[in-house]
This record gives sequence, structure tokens and C-alpha cells, in this order.
Amino acid sequence: MELLNTFALMSNYVFVPALAYGSQLALGALGITLVFGVLRFANFAHGDLMAFGTMGVVLMTYWLQAQGVSIDPLPTALLALPVGIALAVGVSLLIDRTVYRFYRRRRAAPVVYVVASVGVMYVLNGLTRFIIGPDDQRFTDGARFLISAGDFKRMTGLDEGITIKLTQALTVVVAVLMVAALFWFLQKTRTGKAMRAYSDNEDLALLSGISPDRVVAVTWVIAAVLATVAGTLYGLDKSFKPFVYFQLILPMFAAAIVGGIGQPIGAIVGAYIVAFSEVMLTYAYKRALMYMGPEGWGPDGLMQILSTEYKFAISFLILVFVLLVRPTGIFRGKVI
Amino acid sequence: MSYLIGKDMRGGYGGVDILNGCTIAVDKGQIAVVVGPNGAGKSTAMKALFGMLTLRKGSVTLDGRDITTMSPQDRVACDMAFVPQTNNVFAGMTVEENLEMGAYLRQDDFSGTMAEVFDLFPILKEKRRQFAGELSGGQRQQVAVGRALMTQPSVLMLDEPTAGVSPIVMDELFDRVIAIKETGIAVLIVEQNARQALEIADIGYVLVSGENRFTDTGEALMADPEVRQSFLGG
Repeated sequence: MELLNTFALMSNYVFVPALAYGSQLALGALGITLVFGVLRFANFAHGDLMAFGTMGVVLMTYWLQAQGVSIDPLPTALLALPVGIALAVGVSLLIDRTVYRFYRRRRAAPVVYVVASVGVMYVLNGLTRFIIGPDDQRFTDGARFLISAGDFKRMTGLDEGITIKLTQALTVVVAVLMVAALFWFLQKTRTGKAMRAYSDNEDLALLSGISPDRVVAVTWVIAAVLATVAGTLYGLDKSFKPFVYFQLILPMFAAAIVGGIGQPIGAIVGAYIVAFSEVMLTYAYKRALMYMGPEGWGPDGLMQILSTEYKFAISFLILVFVLLVRPTGIFRGKVI
Repeated sequence: MSYLIGKDMRGGYGGVDILNGCTIAVDKGQIAVVVGPNGAGKSTAMKALFGMLTLRKGSVTLDGRDITTMSPQDRVACDMAFVPQTNNVFAGMTVEENLEMGAYLRQDDFSGTMAEVFDLFPILKEKRRQFAGELSGGQRQQVAVGRALMTQPSVLMLDEPTAGVSPIVMDELFDRVIAIKETGIAVLIVEQNARQALEIADIGYVLVSGENRFTDTGEALMADPEVRQSFLGG
């Protein structure tokens, strides 16, 4: 019984949140890794692209809510998603046309793109804050829980409950669907294969008649779709705040690099590694230990390895560790 | 008039010219081999013919049409195919996918062409689900040539196809090249292994310092004592 309670407790505070967070990171990291594979640079503006697309979703959600549109129990944001995606795709293609294409024609060094992407990051960041403001936006509606703690306790008779928020379940389902669709696209379609070929060997792709402009455009579309979906899921699960999205590039980059940048499967594995590390290292184990120990005993402290304020330090540490020990990442990606 | 002609080509990568007025031509159903010492501009001449090097002077014509300023990609669409010396396969893709990418520009059903490539290189059929990067050097070259054949080109250009492969594999590869020529394709080869390459050449070009030194049939060049002495090691 005590063991089951510990398990329930850990599932509730570690497993379920980390799974949802990892799925959100995975979608973001996939975008980073695809852009790196095809355009060959680390896109620092990815977090802000995520914020920009999500902003579109939030504003559309507010409008729909004002019109009284609802798809209860599902969040209205799902209806607003296409608008945000369209916005993110549009701005990505516009930026590519106005900024990156210029450097591509000059065959600029990757570091030039990186610096350009930092500029794009500031512009997008400013634009987002200018339009929606820097404040927290809560746009989640619909049912809150798929399984509430009370339901779970009644069902199982345990003292500890497992809560599964609807947004968490939605995150995992949507992430699985998106990843399946992406892999099908990359493995089976002509355009997807052309993208892989271009990423594998740019010169030979050109000699095969693969058009770089088309491959690049498709890559931006996919990255923007993934970013907006990831951002929306994250915002539904927590809340939307432009600055938080900007900060998300750190764990997303860590995920992409841990898995092996340029390798889509690596981005997913890396995302869960980063998410679970963050959650597990910042979780206070006091209650779990109380269940494990003798009756009435409990540790004095919170038994927390790191305070939650340091959670970004964890992605940073993982990043540095991987770059030192195995720069190609788990799935042997490119060296950044 | 030959099918593909690079006439009086001059140019380089900025600064000093590497090509100093060399002329290379090949006809359909013919194998032309370009040999010469290191730094003679063999590969550069090949690149110039394929539009990967801007010529300062001279012209390239394909079937009588001037294509001097055409980009390499457009030349692919004009049925020219090029197999680079290195990095000539998509290492992270399967053999079959490599061939599919070769046929990227084709809108029609290319399964017939793929079957022909598999007939030409039976080992590729066996290994079609393997990653090209996992194959041996000789098999990789077969993938590379197979990829180029997928567009059903009228001109096939090979840049040192036997670099780094064993003599047995080299003979086999040259055999395949003869088979390819017999389908009516114009084949142009740049080679380090001059002797073996000239054996299969209908026409041979010996380049020195970016200029034509000797031009004759492969047989005649092999018989020429001066060519033997200087370029074929006696």
C-alpha cells in the first residue's frame, strides 16, 4: 500500500508532468533539429517563433470566446490553432525571404545565420510583446481534468491521487499524432525524402535536381507548425507569457543536441531526457520518503536536490555535459 | 559535331587560370576519357562542362545548343548527369531512396529505370534497403552511378569513379561503363588510373597544364611511345 502510494505520488508530481512537458519540448526541438539539418544553423529565434504563433492562437481564442464559440470539454484554443499556425508559417516564410535567403545566396558561414537569427529573435520577441503585451495570458477553457485526484482516490482507495489534466492528456495525444505524421512525411513522401537528401548531402541534392528553395520553404512550414502546436500545448498546460517562451529555447536546444542535432528521433528522446531531469531534480521528495520510511518518520528538509528556480540550469548542465562528452549526441547527429 | 563539346575552355577559381584553352568533346554511344598528371585540370574541365565553374572564355554546347551560362541544376534537367568523386551518395538514405532521389525530377513512373539499374548492378538490388553509407567503396560507386542513371541521361560524367576501389572492382566498374555506353549514352570519365581507363576509351584526352597535349583514340594513345613514357609509366 505504501509502495503504491509512493508510486501514485511520483506519477502525479513527476511522471505525468514530465511526460507532458517532454512532449511539448519534443515538438519544439523537432523544429530546431529540422531547421539545423536543412538550413545548417542553430535557429535562436525558434522560441520566439513559438511565442508569435501561440500569440495568434491566444488572440483568436479570446475572439472565439467573445463570440460564444465553444467546443467544451475541449479547449477553444484547438479551434484557434489554424490561425496561429497560418500566422507563424507566414512570418517564417517572410523572414526567410527577407533575411536568410540573402545569406543563402552568398553561401554565408553558419555563424552568420546564427547571428542573423538572434536579430530575428529580438524582432519577433518585440513584435509579440508589442501586440499582446508582456503579461501572463490564461486562455485555457473547457474541462480541467481527465482524472481528478478525488476520482482516482475513490477508484483505488489510495491516500495519494493521480491527477491527469485534460491539457496534459491532450498534449501527449497531439504530440504523438504530430510526430507520427512528421515521420511518415519524412520517410514516405517525395518531398520528405528530398528534405532528408538535402540535409544529408546538399551538393548531391542539387545535382539530383532538388530545388533548395522548395526544400527550405517546406522546412519552415513544418518548423512553424510544430512550434505553434508546441507553444499552444505549453500555454494550455501552464500559461502564455512571451518571456517564458523565449527562455524555452534553452531546454529545446539541450534536447536537440542531447539526441543528436539533425536527427528527428534524437530530438524526441532528448526532450524527454531534459524534461524528466528537470522535473526529477527539482522535485521535493519529502512525502515520497515518508511513505517509504517507518510510520511517523519523516525527513526534516524538503529533500529537494535543486530549487525550481534553477530548472534552466539543469538543461544548461546537460547541454554542456553532452557537448564535452559526446558532441554528436545519442543518435550521432552533426556536431554543432 | 559531337554531342557535348567544351570548346577552348579557359577559367579557374579566381586568380590564375587552371584551364588554358582545352577542348573536350564526346558523342553519344562513346566513352571519352580525360587523363593527365595531377593538377592538369582534369576535374576542373569536368566541372566546367557541368557548369560548376564559370568559364572566362570558351563555350560549352550540348546537341548544338549553347549551354555555357546554364546552371548545373538546369543541365540536370537537360539530361546531363554528373557523379562527383567524393560524397557522391546520400549516406543516411537507403540504396533505393538514393535511386529515387536520382529520379527526383521525373514525374513519370521510374520503376522501369530502377529495374534497369538493378540489372546493371545486381548487388544493389540485394542491398536496396541498406543505408548507402554502410556499403563498401565499390558498392557506393555503383549507387552513385545508379543514382545518376535514374534521370535517363544522355550524357553521363564520372569524376574519378575508381578512386579508392580495388583493381577487381575497378575492372567490373569499367565493364559496367561499357554496358552503359552501349545503351547510347555519351560517357565522359576523368581518371587517375590512366592505363585501364584508356583501354575502354573510344577517345582519349591527355591534359597537361589545362591544355590538350594529345588527343586520339584510346588504343592509339596507348600505343604512342611518348604518351606511354610520360603518362602511363612506360
